[in-house]
Amino acid sequence: MKMTGAEIIINTLIEQGTTDVFGYPGGQVINIYDALYKNSDRINHILTAHEQGAAHAADGYSRATGKVGVCIATSGPGATNLVTGIATAMLDSIPMVAITGNVPCSLIGKDSFQEIDITGITLPITKHNYFVNKIEDLADSIREAFQIAKSGRPGPVLVDVPKDVQVAVYDYEPQPIVEKIPLPKADEESIDEAVALINESKRPYIYIGGGAAGLGMGKEIIEFAKKIDACIGCTFMGLSAVPDGCDRFLGMQGMHGHFASSVAQKHADLIIGVGVRFSDRATGNTAKFAKQTKIIQLDPDFAEINKNVNVDLGIIADVRDSFLRIAEKCQASKKPEWEKQVEELKVKEEEIAKKAAKMAGDRMTPKMIFDVINANKLPRTIITTDVGQHQMWAAQYAKFDTTRRFVSSGGLGTMGFGLGAAMGAMVATGDPTILITGDGSFGMNLNELATAVSYNIPVVIVLMNNGVLGMVRQWQNLFFQKRFSQTVLDRKTDFVKLAEAFGAIGMRATNIEEFESAFKKALTAGGPVLIDTLVDKDEFVLPMLPPGGSIDDIITDIGGKDSE
Amino acid sequence: MNNKFVIAVYVDNKFGVLTRVTSMFTRRGFNIDALTVGETECPEYSRITICLSGDGYAKEQLINQLRKLINVKKVEVIENNMSVKRELALIKVKNNSQTRADVLSAVEVYRAKVIDFTASEMCIEITGEPSKINAFIEYMKPYEIIEMCRTGIVALERGSGTLLSKNTKTGVHKIR
Repeated sequence: MKMTGAEIIINTLIEQGTTDVFGYPGGQVINIYDALYKNSDRINHILTAHEQGAAHAADGYSRATGKVGVCIATSGPGATNLVTGIATAMLDSIPMVAITGNVPCSLIGKDSFQEIDITGITLPITKHNYFVNKIEDLADSIREAFQIAKSGRPGPVLVDVPKDVQVAVYDYEPQPIVEKIPLPKADEESIDEAVALINESKRPYIYIGGGAAGLGMGKEIIEFAKKIDACIGCTFMGLSAVPDGCDRFLGMQGMHGHFASSVAQKHADLIIGVGVRFSDRATGNTAKFAKQTKIIQLDPDFAEINKNVNVDLGIIADVRDSFLRIAEKCQASKKPEWEKQVEELKVKEEEIAKKAAKMAGDRMTPKMIFDVINANKLPRTIITTDVGQHQMWAAQYAKFDTTRRFVSSGGLGTMGFGLGAAMGAMVATGDPTILITGDGSFGMNLNELATAVSYNIPVVIVLMNNGVLGMVRQWQNLFFQKRFSQTVLDRKTDFVKLAEAFGAIGMRATNIEEFESAFKKALTAGGPVLIDTLVDKDEFVLPMLPPGGSIDDIITDIGGKDSE
Repeated sequence: MNNKFVIAVYVDNKFGVLTRVTSMFTRRGFNIDALTVGETECPEYSRITICLSGDGYAKEQLINQLRKLINVKKVEVIENNMSVKRELALIKVKNNSQTRADVLSAVEVYRAKVIDFTASEMCIEITGEPSKINAFIEYMKPYEIIEMCRTGIVALERGSGTLLSKNTKTGVHKIR
């Protein structure tokens, strides 16, 4: 069938299973938008307020479902506006395809209007990218982009298509959805080595990361933990991989991790890492990390083995397959001493929490806000966040009932990620979605409120408003002798009126009763709601491992360092 | 401990692939001593030869990160005792009646070649292991080197095997 390049792009997207795309039109993608118009019964386009919002929406779409998120932008500024969104997806290994238009081939390299070398710009922040200068390569480049994006360790792929290629006419035949390139299966010998290490272990710690979050192995992980009497901790990206409510799950470890989770990891004699990459925020000082502990690492990416910390056994293969085979072969055993040790840590964590609650007095603390959210949120709720203190509180306190329920920028730490991502997640799943944000982050991409209102995407926005850039302020407080350089916002923005100006519902909560009532109303409002939730500017995210420190330097209250 | 490594890489013979490889070096902070690239026995592949100084960690990371690039087909370390390595240098030196005889005898001893000769300068071509070229350049310095360029190493493994046919095992890694 003869078609224009623009029609081939849209037909190939549809052929590859794309039902929703996020984007923004412009001069060099008019033809693609014309093809979208003609195919609007087969593919849904969400017009965002800014291309960055489109990229984050495609990312959130993917995080919530595992499908490949797709975004479209025009050449030049349209393409550069995607950059932060693409980098966010890259650092968290999120499958995404970004389509950009470019000036016609005859104008490439001449500094033409809205011309930019977007494949050059995105080289270090994509898994791969394509500059398609021949119509005959177009459909296959898009198919390859999908395959690369979702195979192995996933990631974003960009396809840049000059205008003349969009206009040219060529044959198109629909093809089936490209399959993931299968990962190798681990050989029996390495499975046996892992089993031997686990059978020898007296204090095993199962350590879940982003690579396991999407695999839907929550039940299997818990069963394995019971079988070998291990505790379970996770990285930031591993949140929601194991549903809450299992008493073996100690929560996130690392810089702002739970006390019991981080300390148990130190005391363990074996860490079984599943899809983790030992990021600096998780390990602290690697020279002191797990020095007395053996490490097994299951990962699809061979470059992650021994990159940040040296491991005793790295199995580079299909993670799910390796995990299940190891779990099957291990001996069941009871480890009452280890269990007791972990229980003691949990008690200690409780005590620290009680002490903090007592010190807080009457004020509305982040913990209280999340208690209300956890008690009232609907089943299958997705929690998205921006970046900063609110994000860490969400990571510490939010509860998840199933997998792919936590959508947050971990690796890149992108302020302004949340609102776009929340819309993407909600469009993808139709599940209730809550955005936890701060007044700093929200200010970066609040224009997407217009999108949420236009498409009536009923995201509930809990804006933890403390009038400061809280995370940087916390560091200034602890390590810069309270010199609060440029972190006091104190803006005169009225977020309730702002929400109303966009056509959303705005409410304000100054205490926990007001918050509870506003939150309950928001859940049934049927449209986007913003709750301006006033939080004290001197709230800290605790515990904290100071930068460059190790678990021995853990700070659990602002009175000072708490050694065990 | 810092060592010198030679790594051979087969990549797709396509526009922009060299940029992808070198961009990765910059991004990951690898320090490359020399890099050569050219056609191979298969028209669809180019071969890149990379010289790198670093420790075992740098070597392992460089190989792994290279393997992750979509256009990279094969990455192998060229082991010192199992391979032949060559580099070519062109060196332009001053030519005058006092030094001419010395320079020409050095050219002969080093099995180099004079490829251009004028009243005031001559151009010498030399091939060999980098250590030989380094020694020759040292010797030439007093005779005033006007201009010089080197190609960087190309290397092949000895024997009948080829890199493309080599079966590289990835799967299990152990250290510590």
